[in-house]
Amino acid sequence: MTVRIRVIPCLDVADGRVVKGVRFVDLQDAGDPVEQARAYDAAGADELCFLDISASHEGRGTLLDIVKRTAEVCFMPLTVGGGVASVEDARALLLAGADKVAINSAAVARPEIVGEIAKKFGSQCVVASVDARRVAPAIPVQGEPPSDDTTPQAGGLRWEIFTHGGRKSTGIDALDHARRMADLGAGELLVTSMDGDGTKAGYDLELTRAIADSVSIPVIASGGVGNLDHLVDGVRDGHASAVLAASIFHFGTHSIAEAHKALRDAGLPARGI
Amino acid sequence: MGERVALIDYGAGNLHSVQNALRTVGAAVEVTDDPHKVRSADRIVLPGVGSYRACARGLKAIDGMVEALEERVQVGAAPFLGVCVGMQLLADRGVEHATTRGLGWIAGEVVRIEPSDPAIKVPHIGWNDVALMPHAKNHAVIEAGEAYFLHSYHFAASDPADIAALTDHGEGLVAAVAKDNMLGVQFHPEKSQAYGLALLERFLEWRP
Repeated sequence: MTVRIRVIPCLDVADGRVVKGVRFVDLQDAGDPVEQARAYDAAGADELCFLDISASHEGRGTLLDIVKRTAEVCFMPLTVGGGVASVEDARALLLAGADKVAINSAAVARPEIVGEIAKKFGSQCVVASVDARRVAPAIPVQGEPPSDDTTPQAGGLRWEIFTHGGRKSTGIDALDHARRMADLGAGELLVTSMDGDGTKAGYDLELTRAIADSVSIPVIASGGVGNLDHLVDGVRDGHASAVLAASIFHFGTHSIAEAHKALRDAGLPARGI
Repeated sequence: MGERVALIDYGAGNLHSVQNALRTVGAAVEVTDDPHKVRSADRIVLPGVGSYRACARGLKAIDGMVEALEERVQVGAAPFLGVCVGMQLLADRGVEHATTRGLGWIAGEVVRIEPSDPAIKVPHIGWNDVALMPHAKNHAVIEAGEAYFLHSYHFAASDPADIAALTDHGEGLVAAVAKDNMLGVQFHPEKSQAYGLALLERFLEWRP
């Protein structure tokens, strides 16, 4: 067999507790992150992801402690993201026991941060987040030739990078940003549809595929998983190398083993035979 | 009582997770950058992630460390385990960024994974097979299974006899090298759940 499709449960963490946002609001407390991590390790998750959504400085300090305690009891790779804005932030998380750091808004404000962290600690530990929303294709101005932006990749679809939980548009084309992240030395891309996040309607497959097909590094599909078919779709139609989900695992709707089985049943390589 | 495992501290990123995994399976681990302690260790583990060049430089920057490792592993035949870049350092050289000399204990060089199929992604990230070479079926430590890989460069070993296991990522890539008292694994046993912990446990029992 070849490399397995990774199934990655993601825990949103704020001030030391696990929360899961639906469209990034309406947070619902659902437990202790270390205990959750241990359970996912025992269940055979391929990796684990913590996204810190603490607003406060105190919350971020708590995160380091959680990462440290998680790394002591879990023997699977741990990615930690949320608020990583400097080489120092990355170093603190890696020293605490994270295997990879996910970089989101800092890489929008200053893409070079990705290269700096990759140079210091290696591309293998740099996950660049691509948080995107669909936008209407630009309307060509009459009498002028259409710009490149209006003749995009997938049948007139366009995506833009959004920050602040999907509320703030940046005007940056998502595919351009994804390619830039890869060129700067990211080891993989975490592609999240901010339209789909929390909706349980499935990944944005066109977005995932457009990015996966235009970079040579692996893409993790994220945002919108509501059932096991969505995981399969993310790989088969979205061309993702890994599938990230939160609530379907978190609230016990499905187990990691069921996710692996769904992938295998679809003829995709997954663990746990 | 008991044996002492020297875990070489030369700034490698996965030092603590390897230490944690070894402790979990009962090893008395001493994290050290002291060549004297390496000379008296019962077993030696060399971690490593990131750039080959940075790792090779970091190791060589410790005065007397390479000599101590050679003395204890090459001459003294202490059981040795290299993990990821710690395994790749066994090669003659690595060609990441610029050519960098390795330890040269197992012939070969470390080169970039260059798949002919564009659908094959690099880095090679995730769980993949550890498929034993026929001559390694009875190796005391390495066993067939699934382990977690995370690398863009691979160990192209010159002598097939030194290859203990392969994995498949568009082409056969070396998953483990073994020679006498030395074992190097490309994957991360410290991140490979039950399979990885069992491998570390066997390493602690190994009498090559």
